[in-house]
Amino acid sequence: MSPTLTDASPVFTDPADSLAIMERTRSTAETFGIPLAVLAELTHRCPLQCPYCSNPVELDRGSTELTTDEWKKVLSELAEIGVLQIHFSGGEPTARKDIVELVQHATDVGLYSNLITSAVLLTRDKLAALADAGLCHVQISFQGNEPVVADRVGGYRNGHAKKLEVARWTRELDLPLTVNAVMHRQNLHQLADIIQMAVDLDADRLEVANVQYYGWALKNRAALMPTIDQIDETSRIVEDAQLRLKGILDIDYVVPDYYALRPKKCMGGWGRQFFNISPSGKILPCHAAETITGMEFESVRSNHSIAWIWQNSEAFNRYRGTGWMPEPCQSCAFKEIDFGGCRCQAFALTGDAGNTDPACTLSPVHAEIFKLAATESTEGRDRFIYRNFKGGTLEPDADHVHGR
Amino acid sequence: MTELRSNRRISVSEASKPILPRHARLKFDETRQRWVILAPERVLAPDDIAVEILQLCDGARSVADIIDLLVAKYAAPRDDIGTDVLAMLQDLADKGFLTQAREKTA
Repeated sequence: MSPTLTDASPVFTDPADSLAIMERTRSTAETFGIPLAVLAELTHRCPLQCPYCSNPVELDRGSTELTTDEWKKVLSELAEIGVLQIHFSGGEPTARKDIVELVQHATDVGLYSNLITSAVLLTRDKLAALADAGLCHVQISFQGNEPVVADRVGGYRNGHAKKLEVARWTRELDLPLTVNAVMHRQNLHQLADIIQMAVDLDADRLEVANVQYYGWALKNRAALMPTIDQIDETSRIVEDAQLRLKGILDIDYVVPDYYALRPKKCMGGWGRQFFNISPSGKILPCHAAETITGMEFESVRSNHSIAWIWQNSEAFNRYRGTGWMPEPCQSCAFKEIDFGGCRCQAFALTGDAGNTDPACTLSPVHAEIFKLAATESTEGRDRFIYRNFKGGTLEPDADHVHGR
Repeated sequence: MTELRSNRRISVSEASKPILPRHARLKFDETRQRWVILAPERVLAPDDIAVEILQLCDGARSVADIIDLLVAKYAAPRDDIGTDVLAMLQDLADKGFLTQAREKTA
């Protein structure tokens, strides 16, 4: 270190430089070091039935889930190879009876732990036990800002009131809170109120995430797709709130890619900086990857290490980097910026995960799909297909009418 | 004494007693051999000097104390170091990665 602070680093002329976000400082050539954060989907069981659930349509049954000992071994192995953060998700992670034990184990092996929860199964005692076990952060999903819309979307009575209660306990226990709000045509009118709700709940962060359309959400696209006017209004509301609430509420905004010009850099690029582990132990490049049929994903129950699977398995290497890309991606100046977009979306909309994501205007099918989605958004087909182990249940018409 | 942590819109001054909030953890990453700040959905990579300052932020020391320690260690003008330390801490606070200890009133 140099003798004076000012000489030692540009940090003090531009303080932001000292806080480089590691994910963003990686070069594209440095493609697949062990991820900093891993998503552990402990179970696909969930009391809610949200029609845009990010789990695959073919859900893992409870009987196939990794055992407590298997998850502990996984957590130890992740910490050992350099993973720093673990996100406990699902389904509903607190549907696992061993959730406190797993959080404690994550703490014991030095992982930063985050609970991504619907909150409806939590009691104050359970939440306090999780805090004592070293839980670092709680993220609670909300489906609206009041029960009529929220409970209808989640397909769970009194869910909204319970979520508010758990959010308050979270702050009483001095746990940091992120409010996650998944937005779509039938709740976007509540966005400004949801932002205020997050402030009132003393949340640290708000994620405003527009639905991503594969799996369950694709089944429900006609009921969920926002109109173009809604999206314009959404961006305006979010930008205004980000400015107004600086230092009070940190707002992350996921733009709906159907209405974007360029595709999202999905997962930061396939197999580049993220993997998740499914309830039955499969290691996946993305939580929706199992929607791509015909791909084999290796399991932590195989005789390979997690690091080996990450680095060497066929599934991770198939769409890694840029070599696999067809035109128009291969010669595109943006290929190392968006990595061709989302493989799951390419599969869902074109039948081939190796195609350009149709969200990109350069995709030959972009115009057709965009037009279809825009039309769907104006047709008023509002009934949901609820997510469940039976392959989905269409919302009864009467409920829908009363829920409006 | 129990201290209440609040991280809402902090203005960092020499009297502040800063500390990382519960959701931000400063940790040495053995695999990558560098210090990191772990936060929800983010891993920050503070440089050596930011790390040195943050290690002094224990909720008991004031910013003035921290500046004095650094002035003594690096034999640099207090004005320069003070300006730089305050700027860095304010930036962290604005990003939600710094809070300050204060006595519980309720």
